[in-house]
Amino acid sequence: MSEVLKVPTMAEFAATGKQPEVLFWVGCAGSFDDRAKKITKAFVRLLNKAEVEFAVLGTEESCTGDPAKRSGNEFLFQMQAVTNIEVLNAYDVKKIVTACPHCFNTLKNEYPSLGGDYIVMHHTQFLKSLLDEGRLTIEGGKFKGKRITFHDPCFLGRANDVYEAPRDLIKKLDAELVEMKNCRKKGLCCGAGGAQMFKDAEQGDKEINIERTEQAMEVKPDIIAAGCPFCNTMMTDGVKNKAEGQIKVMDVAELIANANDL
Amino acid sequence: MSLLPNIVFALILFSGVAFFLRNVSKLKRNIYLGKDVDTSGNTKLRWTNMAKIALGQGKMVRRPISGILHIIVYVGFVIINIEVLEIVIDGLFGTHRIFSVIGPLYGVLIGVFEVLAALVFIAVVIFWFRRNVVKIQRFMKSEMKGWPKLDGNLILYFEIVLMGLFIIMNATDVEFQSMNSGNVISQFFAPMFEGYNVHLIERVAWWVHITGILVFLNYLYYSKHLHILLAFPNTYYGSVKPKGQLNNLEAVTNEVKLMMDPDADPYAATAEDAAPPDKFGASDVQDLNWVQLLNAYTCTECGRCTSECPANQTGKKLSPRKIMMDTRDRLVEVGENIDANNGEFKLDGKQLLGDYITNEELWACTSCNACVEACPVSIDPLSIILEMRRYLVMEQSDAPMELNNMMSNIENNGAPWPYNQMDRLNWKND
Repeated sequence: MSEVLKVPTMAEFAATGKQPEVLFWVGCAGSFDDRAKKITKAFVRLLNKAEVEFAVLGTEESCTGDPAKRSGNEFLFQMQAVTNIEVLNAYDVKKIVTACPHCFNTLKNEYPSLGGDYIVMHHTQFLKSLLDEGRLTIEGGKFKGKRITFHDPCFLGRANDVYEAPRDLIKKLDAELVEMKNCRKKGLCCGAGGAQMFKDAEQGDKEINIERTEQAMEVKPDIIAAGCPFCNTMMTDGVKNKAEGQIKVMDVAELIANANDL
Repeated sequence: MSLLPNIVFALILFSGVAFFLRNVSKLKRNIYLGKDVDTSGNTKLRWTNMAKIALGQGKMVRRPISGILHIIVYVGFVIINIEVLEIVIDGLFGTHRIFSVIGPLYGVLIGVFEVLAALVFIAVVIFWFRRNVVKIQRFMKSEMKGWPKLDGNLILYFEIVLMGLFIIMNATDVEFQSMNSGNVISQFFAPMFEGYNVHLIERVAWWVHITGILVFLNYLYYSKHLHILLAFPNTYYGSVKPKGQLNNLEAVTNEVKLMMDPDADPYAATAEDAAPPDKFGASDVQDLNWVQLLNAYTCTECGRCTSECPANQTGKKLSPRKIMMDTRDRLVEVGENIDANNGEFKLDGKQLLGDYITNEELWACTSCNACVEACPVSIDPLSIILEMRRYLVMEQSDAPMELNNMMSNIENNGAPWPYNQMDRLNWKND
């Protein structure tokens, strides 16, 4: 690919004695999962476009420990947390943005009492702030007339009461934002949380992601917008099962990058 | 002779209240079997939560039908209790409708009580239909068979009878009816009793009414209905942190710090007075904290949590309500064990994990917080699920195999999948 993404690392910044405006915490899914990598790139394109001086940890980043903690492995979680905090504090990081609500929740809520106190933003909140500051504009035309429904990630919504930032962004797309019956506080989980992503579900009569996809299909969307790489995977799977080819699952960052032809 | 009713009344009242207080002290003891937990700070926010959620019924109306009916019963229950005060004074001092000295206002007061009593009666009958005829799904789940179902209905019967007696008591009170003020509902029932010994009926209704209230008060301890009292402390002590924030185990923090400290002496003798390391996580009720145990006693088994639970909705065994019911049942069992063994818990070969809650239920949770959000009285089933997972993983090494793989990946290469940490930036050039 000829595309050139500017992705400086914290180490490079430190070498020149400078501090970036914000650290982009990519997360494991964003680094390794093929689908999530596209979200990461879309977000980076937007950061480049808005000329945000950001940096990533690159090879110095490690799992926040969220799936370990929620599986009950507090030891592993705290080992991950303490090592990550050491790296973050060594770089004197003040502000973090991440496209993964699980990383967001862990960094924001569970790191402070272990010595890691940062301003942590979800990428939809960060993009919203860029928009408000006039550093980023959103071209709406491309999604005109499309029906978009937003699936609330549990770790962004109920866990941290962030409901409006992603919706405010979607509304800028000239698209029709349609809400599922179960949205915001009542949003149904995609089925991936609490480390379920990494195991088969217990015996039941249905998969959770199928249930959620059916709820989404009730409002006849062209696009299901997600704000979490794990929700994205689960909903994409659900759509493959139920409505292949009719509905697209896209991250809010991808929607905006797409709209801006990035 | 004329003092006999007063003495009998005083005895009934005293034994009713005394037995209740005895059970309250047991309740308190059982709750404090739980570990200590820091609930300091945020006093203002906690009072606000209690005022909004318990007193103001803020979360009840999210389901409008049951919410509004519940508010009717709640308001009725609280206000009609002013009448109980009058009954107690009358009973102790042999007076009759002592509050009537306040004049015309008394009629207004009793009128309000009568209207409320009628509304409560109607609401309770609708509740009964919802449970027994309409069979609303959340009351039909497997954990609601047997005693929980009977308990729910008994409470409704109690309320129907108490409200009925209150109206009968007023309808057969000749003096009160002749005042013709405040008998807004009872006047329609008064003619039904013409030709009978109304004085006797009035006395019987009066006595059964107050005795019924005392019996109901004492029934609470054995019933899910305890929520009418515990909802208040429970909403006060409910979490004031973001729902996504799970507590960091301090015992683990100490171990991790020791591991990370290059100056730590691995051979250093532990101080004489050092406490033995905690059990990690929870396998029984004593391993939970007292707020979690208070949660268990507060649960009134409405099932809003379970009906919002993604695992339960898709047919898995997990039901957050069952987690709370099991915790209470086991706690009661432990309490009885202590009572039977002179204040000392004797090992009974049972525990919350396994004998009440299975691994399968625990591993079905997505930690999505839907149950926590749904609870109208700030109960947190997720925190109990997490504590039990901690025990399974850190004490028993008993996680599903796929999760063990995920965890060893994190341990070895810093990601839940087997990718190298050194490849973390490769996406840039893909």
